[in-house]
Amino acid sequence: MNEQKASDTVDVREFHPRARAALADPQIRQNFRSAMDGLMGKRRTAFEGWDLEALRTLGASVRQNALAHLPDLLEQLEARLTANGIRVHWALDGDEACRIVTDICRARDAHSVIKGKSMVSEEMHLNHHLEQHGIDALESDLGEYLVQLAGETPSHIIMPAIHKNTGEISELMHDRTGTERSTDVEYLTASARQQLREKFMNADVGISGVNFAVAETGTLCLVENEGNGRMTTTVPPCHIAVTGIEKVVPTLADMSALLALLTRSATGQHITTYFNMISGPRRGEELDGPEEVHVVLVDNGRSGIYQDDELIDTLRCIRCGACMNHCPVYTRVGGHAYGTTYPGPIGKILMPHLIGLDEGRHLPSASSLCGACGEVCPVKIPIPDLLVRLRRESVDGDRLHPSVVRGHGAKRSTAEALAWKTWQWVHAHPAAYRLGTAAASHLRALQPDRLGAWTQYRSAPKLAARTLHQQVKDRRS
Amino acid sequence: MADTLKLYPTRPDKVYFYGTCLVDLFYPEAGMAGIRLLEREGIEVIFPQEQTCCGQPAYTSGYHDEARAVARRQLSLFPQDYPIVVPSGSCGGMMRQHYPQLFRDTDDQERAIGVADRVWELTDFLLNVCHIRLQDLGKPVTVAMHTSCSARRELGLGGTGPALLSQLDNVTLVEQARAEECCGFGGTFAVRHPEISGAMVSEKVSTLTDTGAREFVTTDCGCLMNIAGYAEKQDAPLEGQHILSFLWDRTSHDEGGSQ
Repeated sequence: MNEQKASDTVDVREFHPRARAALADPQIRQNFRSAMDGLMGKRRTAFEGWDLEALRTLGASVRQNALAHLPDLLEQLEARLTANGIRVHWALDGDEACRIVTDICRARDAHSVIKGKSMVSEEMHLNHHLEQHGIDALESDLGEYLVQLAGETPSHIIMPAIHKNTGEISELMHDRTGTERSTDVEYLTASARQQLREKFMNADVGISGVNFAVAETGTLCLVENEGNGRMTTTVPPCHIAVTGIEKVVPTLADMSALLALLTRSATGQHITTYFNMISGPRRGEELDGPEEVHVVLVDNGRSGIYQDDELIDTLRCIRCGACMNHCPVYTRVGGHAYGTTYPGPIGKILMPHLIGLDEGRHLPSASSLCGACGEVCPVKIPIPDLLVRLRRESVDGDRLHPSVVRGHGAKRSTAEALAWKTWQWVHAHPAAYRLGTAAASHLRALQPDRLGAWTQYRSAPKLAARTLHQQVKDRRS
Repeated sequence: MADTLKLYPTRPDKVYFYGTCLVDLFYPEAGMAGIRLLEREGIEVIFPQEQTCCGQPAYTSGYHDEARAVARRQLSLFPQDYPIVVPSGSCGGMMRQHYPQLFRDTDDQERAIGVADRVWELTDFLLNVCHIRLQDLGKPVTVAMHTSCSARRELGLGGTGPALLSQLDNVTLVEQARAEECCGFGGTFAVRHPEISGAMVSEKVSTLTDTGAREFVTTDCGCLMNIAGYAEKQDAPLEGQHILSFLWDRTSHDEGGSQ
């Protein structure tokens, strides 16, 4: 298994070549376009008959309220989890979280781990870390399983293998597991299930993510469709849940509003096939469940985001992926072009905090600011505004509001700064502006046909014979 | 997002007209059409000659010091309490939604909010403040419409253009697939990420021509430059016009409309 190694060598700064390659690949274009069209349609149908705006406002306020009380809620969560018999660990970054997980595995002499889907574990590069320590980790979510077989990383946070079509999956499974080639999805799924069942029964530890951590009850909530989450968290003798510290909500009632938004926004489902509420290890007389349950609460840059009044909105995210499904850029280039754990709009506003704005300098600019992401976000994260904020930070463009994100200013170039200074001078001097625009119109016959990147795909816009300023003035006289 | 409650003013005697730099240089006929439509409604139009650019290109590029310096000059153009109308969802959105943020914590904050609250995208203003009634004098035609993302999402005007077009008896409006998807303009995005922008506009032109319409109208000159420019370069059978030019041309007795 080398998928995490592969991701470690991805240079996020090489966004353009990867995007160009994806755009030139008709299969990738087709796979994403049809998948995203399908997901957009399902979401639309799922919210029919709902007052979506009211529900989104509720979702946003639940998340805002939770974040406003985050330190207290985390303390309450820790106390309740501990009272429920769940061991709580705190990790400052991905490396520390990996060490905690490895230590738990070692203490149990564990060699085989089965994993449920967890984007935080991707963020931590957990599989790579476990592999280095001689622990075999197998992904059990079907999409993650396929991505792992292929030695790739997820291209979507909800549907990790969405970049592959049935034919490609059949070929992959044939190559790696000897499964007969088939276009029958049920056959392929059954074949994967067969191979996973055995692993579930023999795994020493199960590792999962968390969708919501409820502070009042100390409950870890897990949304899934394949039953692999239930198996991961109940069959092995030890369950380790890893989650970002922002996933806490105050009460079960708060959680239910977010759940209604999450499943509908993500896959257009009213409810997922499985919804797990984990409230502790197996108790004395019970027949099922793990002996030990651990939760690792991972910071990894989140408390930094938390300090800023605007950037904090990033932490509202409930990881539904709707912003990707509706993003015209993501739909064209696919998830791998970004080269980041979280792709698409949420990745563009979250990843700069995790990897720095120097490495992530191209992410905030790779958007037309069309606003589709913000429009569908179930918790109303103002994604376009945050993209503009990060663009500002990437060029240190505001003396009144100094940059705070690590690696800020990396995109600032003397040439571009000078160009904007010149632009400023012209547009802050109306007489100069009028003279310049009138002269350009007068000399429009000399206008070049080629205007750099613009005319790569389009003809150049044609200057009018007389500007609007002139035409208005002409009428008056 | 158009989150704030919109309270339309009563029909005023005068308005300030903010033309925008793209209209000024490339599509002045759209600006003149807007002025004439307002005048026909009995509204006096004031065009401050000191206007230049709303500052959006620098703002979305992250150069907020420069954007603020240019935007500050625009704040002083509208001394009286008249509405400010803009023939663009994009520039209108910048002034209405982003000026308060751009001038946050500055001495101009109150002035910026005062301007922002008076800014109206012009088709919105014609429909919902002037309650315009259009009489179609043109020949039967089929058109498609592309509403800019800023008009649609930032200002909540997805239905405004179609509502105006529906007043024209001889115009058949057809809707393209994925009508709400971005055309790929995005200001400097089009030149910073030309391949992605090119892929987006190529699909937009395909969906527009698939409707069978040979003409489209739009609320914004950025989208117009992008979509019509792509269609022209690729020899696609599609011509574009600003919706204001289209409305004036079809309802004016002047020979040649706004030309």
